[in-house]
Amino acid sequence: MSAGVISKTVRGFSRALGRTLVSENSAHAGGLLQGLDPRVKLIGMLALVVTAALSRRLPAMLGLLGLGVALALGSRLSLWSMAKRVWLVAFAFTAMIAAPALFLTPGTAVYSVIGLAITAQGARSALLLIARVEAAVTLSTLLVLTTPWMHLLKALRTLMVPVEVIALLAMTHRYVVLLTETANAMFESRQSRMVGRLNRREQRRLMVNTGGVLLSKTMELGNEVFLAMQARGFRGEVRLLTDFRLRTRDYLAICGFAVAITVAVVAGR
Amino acid sequence: MNDAGRQMTQNAGTEDSKFWKPEAFEFEAEAVAFEYQRVPALRGLTLRVRAGERIALLGANGSGKSTLLRLMDALHFPCAGALRFRGKPLTEEAMEDDDYAISFRRQVGLVFQNPDIQLFNPTVFDEVAFGPLQMGWPREEVLERVYATLAWIGAEHLKDRAPYRLSGGEKKRVALASVIVLDPDVLLLDEPTAALDPRSQSQVIELLESWNNGRKTIITATHQLEILGEISGRAVVLEHGAVVADATPSEVLANTELLESANLIHSHRHLHGGVPHKHPSPYLRHEHKH
Repeated sequence: MSAGVISKTVRGFSRALGRTLVSENSAHAGGLLQGLDPRVKLIGMLALVVTAALSRRLPAMLGLLGLGVALALGSRLSLWSMAKRVWLVAFAFTAMIAAPALFLTPGTAVYSVIGLAITAQGARSALLLIARVEAAVTLSTLLVLTTPWMHLLKALRTLMVPVEVIALLAMTHRYVVLLTETANAMFESRQSRMVGRLNRREQRRLMVNTGGVLLSKTMELGNEVFLAMQARGFRGEVRLLTDFRLRTRDYLAICGFAVAITVAVVAGR
Repeated sequence: MNDAGRQMTQNAGTEDSKFWKPEAFEFEAEAVAFEYQRVPALRGLTLRVRAGERIALLGANGSGKSTLLRLMDALHFPCAGALRFRGKPLTEEAMEDDDYAISFRRQVGLVFQNPDIQLFNPTVFDEVAFGPLQMGWPREEVLERVYATLAWIGAEHLKDRAPYRLSGGEKKRVALASVIVLDPDVLLLDEPTAALDPRSQSQVIELLESWNNGRKTIITATHQLEILGEISGRAVVLEHGAVVADATPSEVLANTELLESANLIHSHRHLHGGVPHKHPSPYLRHEHKH
């Protein structure tokens, strides 16, 4: 345990923190999506996600997924990182949910696993679900990775999302960073004072205790940060130095999104 | 309150009554009480702060210094008593008015004790620009002020760095800059030099002196007696959430009994010339008799 769960947890938190920072870095990198007005990107990506969710045909969803990959490449995002952080995780979760459909959907049996028949219709349903989730998650991730968080919030605000929701999102983002920082510090501190191995029961007790303390600690820290924001005039409205302005490339992007959505809708019916 | 402390407070009151002009007070706290989840933090605290005063709030940990600063910055509100800023009561209702809240935040700035709490933006530049942007200043003015403030703290080279990756001294300077960029009339500082090395400590004090230039009201919560003379012209000692003395820094420093009772100094044994002996604090004048 001493070098096991705790050190893994510490490394996990460090990686999570690192990923948050990488997101901010990639949002500032010069690339296709990074150069677009956040409002255009937000509306375009959300429309594509909705299209993927409503689409009923595999080619349309694979097309949207392909578009996501192309946009990731154009935005200088690492495909390897996308595969590890997005596609594999989404696949694992969706596959778990989709697996029963392979056997439970009535239809023509095409394969048999330990006496259970996989139907063609079941395989198609599972594949559709996985492709839909992969496409939607890829497009949403692209939006988050290529847009600084505060720009995204300001874009949401221009879409009339209430100020309370924006304040909540701003605090959530900060809270996540605080949570990982605090957890990292707590685990490091605990690790530095631990000698020998703990049995499983002690491991569980330690993890539960740490979780509880971590939650109350970060809640308090989160409140303090909110007070610090208030002290400098924050009242929920996101204000930035950058004024959003539509340029030629944004109009071109709007046309591009419109074409992609139209093609996906037609192909997906 | 001991006799000496009581005498000092009475003197301060006499002076007040002679020259008191209500409009000249920045803050007036009258019998202010505050509690955190039923734990009292301030108990009937009364204090008046004149415009342009440099006040040190002295007290041990838990004496109510930070709480008082938060009340003065309208982040919390008294459970009992009254707190006024320039004659207007600081209440939740008053702060719900956007115009008043923005005007208040423009005039009163608070530098938190823990810079990690205060610094929440992705870069130092964003951090310093946060306040001016909330005030709705024009872009050009924001840029001008941010660059000027970064130059003033000598942190132009840090502008693209993440605040949480700075050293302790740099964090404190950026936290100070993030508030001073608004050029508030009243600056509230919560332990501005705590946990800093001597060099960073003197940098922060020098920055404050260069900014203040004798025109601003600065209220500093601290328990560091060694910086008292540099940061203040008036020292208010708090104990258990109430004022126990209000006098000049030299008067407070000379009152060993008061400082000991407020837990600001303690006797400690050490060797001098090979002879062990006790005295209250290394910051207080004392003689050795061997």
